[in-house]
Amino acid sequence: MRNDTIAFIMSGRRQRRRRWVLVTCSLALLAVLLCCAMLLLGNTIYPVKEIVRALFGEQVKGVSFAVNTIRLPRMLAGLFSGMAFGMAGIVFQTMLRNPLANPNIIGITSGSSAAAVFCITILHSTNAVVSVASVVAGLITVLIMYLLSRGRSFSIGRLILIGIGMQAMLDAVVSYLILISAQQDIPTALRWLTGSLNGSQMKELPPLLITVIVLAPILIALSKHLSLLELGEQSASSLGLNTDKTRIVLIVSAVAMVAIATATTGPIAFVSFLAGPIATRLVGAGHSNVVPAGLVGANLVLGADLIGQFLFEVRYPVGIITGLLGAPYLIFLLIQMNRKGEL
Amino acid sequence: MTATHLFQAEQLVAGYDHKTVIHGIDLVIPSNKISVIIGANGCGKSTLLKTLARLIKPISGQVTVDGKPISKIPPKKLARIIGMLPQSPIVPEGISVADLVGRGRFPHQSMFSGWSKKDYEAVAEAMEIMNITEFANHDIDELSGGQRQRVWIAMALAQQTDILFLDEPTTFLDITYQVEILDLLTDLNRKHGTTIMMVLHDINLSARYADHIFAMHEGKLVAEGTPSEVITSTMVKDIFGLNCTVIQDPLCGSPMVVPRGRHHAIR
Repeated sequence: MRNDTIAFIMSGRRQRRRRWVLVTCSLALLAVLLCCAMLLLGNTIYPVKEIVRALFGEQVKGVSFAVNTIRLPRMLAGLFSGMAFGMAGIVFQTMLRNPLANPNIIGITSGSSAAAVFCITILHSTNAVVSVASVVAGLITVLIMYLLSRGRSFSIGRLILIGIGMQAMLDAVVSYLILISAQQDIPTALRWLTGSLNGSQMKELPPLLITVIVLAPILIALSKHLSLLELGEQSASSLGLNTDKTRIVLIVSAVAMVAIATATTGPIAFVSFLAGPIATRLVGAGHSNVVPAGLVGANLVLGADLIGQFLFEVRYPVGIITGLLGAPYLIFLLIQMNRKGEL
Repeated sequence: MTATHLFQAEQLVAGYDHKTVIHGIDLVIPSNKISVIIGANGCGKSTLLKTLARLIKPISGQVTVDGKPISKIPPKKLARIIGMLPQSPIVPEGISVADLVGRGRFPHQSMFSGWSKKDYEAVAEAMEIMNITEFANHDIDELSGGQRQRVWIAMALAQQTDILFLDEPTTFLDITYQVEILDLLTDLNRKHGTTIMMVLHDINLSARYADHIFAMHEGKLVAEGTPSEVITSTMVKDIFGLNCTVIQDPLCGSPMVVPRGRHHAIR
């Protein structure tokens, strides 16, 4: 009888695992395809052979500039910021057990954005300073929100509402900074208001690449711990998890990812908010969805950027497209939560 | 058979932020027995249980296992000795029953390992004891309250601890499920020798299922012993402020509280 039970449990787990692997691999494949499309498509479509040669450092007239200076940085910025937004988003959503509890909704991105804009337009800081400032600002935003929402007992609903307020305030700061800064051109403004991959440059990318490469493994390694936090403070500590330490590591890593991605591409609207729920819908709940969420995030950014670039007569920044996708979902969630009486 | 431990609290004072709820409690949990904490609402039963299960840090005094303060034992190691089922555990959405029960294996696993053979064994055993194998691959959202409660207990069982704390495991359940859960816990205690310490609301069920009763009143331990030693009409009057007659349970002879209201004439 015991062996039958084990076989039964095993078969179910194997089935769920298979679905996870299948979906995750498909998402990875899609990301690869979208990356290729980002390199291939543009004003001029160059032969693949020439693009590859240019990528490997050969000087091919015209191609080298278009691919290495424009398309490659754009593709890398989209890929890595998408992964950063997606992973950080699902970490917050799982930890706080609420899809609305997301860096994008509760003002963490706006905090980082405000700091980045301030450093770039007013102080004319270097990349390194911008990165550090946006991470620090993100963490300060989290801290302020936590202190404000603590009250008599901590409530996630209150945290979300305070976060939405903070977000509105910080967005106003961003708009103000853009208005008073000397270079008030529209592309810059759009980048800091909705996020854009336009004008991504190779020299801006290292902080983002390093952050994702270092922190993504940490988040993946902690996904088992994250799934315990999802059970609530008491169950998690009864199972032997050091909840305070785990939470701090997760929050700092996730905020750093979001902040640096925001400092690089601007706050690409709703990606961190959408990636987690989409990934969970695709692979099923109950196991580590950090990787699928990162891939969904990357696909959303790359896909939306391709749509924004080529589907319309005018080129739209990526954030406008993701905003169009995300806003209806946000409204849907708010209505649903209101119905359940969670807000 | 489960290991025997000396689990005790010494001069325990505990509470929340500024409010002290437990005022100096000394107790030894009888090893391999079922103990129940009884007391009126707000007397600190739940706080005591949480402090014993290291979910609340005591203000002063200490809780020790085999003479060692639990605050000095690494959390994962401690989680292999004591398990705890909180009063209202949070249900994650869309997770399968087997995966949820499997989360109880955390203290036995390393960071990256998947499920070992032992993990499967433990999960299967826990699910068999709680009679939920048929739901293994169902989503937890599809289960009823009573079934869900059995899943939570199974998760605590999969943890394979020697001591199990349960905070009102039968609240919100129909009487049938209350009895079923308590029967299953008794099976566990008799078969495996697991030490069980729980808070129960129903004094008559406590009297029937407990080997040992701790009676609390206003943050203090006022009596302890076997049900027939502790549950007397004077004690019930003292801790619950209830006038009652205590008779023998017609089925098993344990003490049974029959409350006296104001509206029923006494025969």
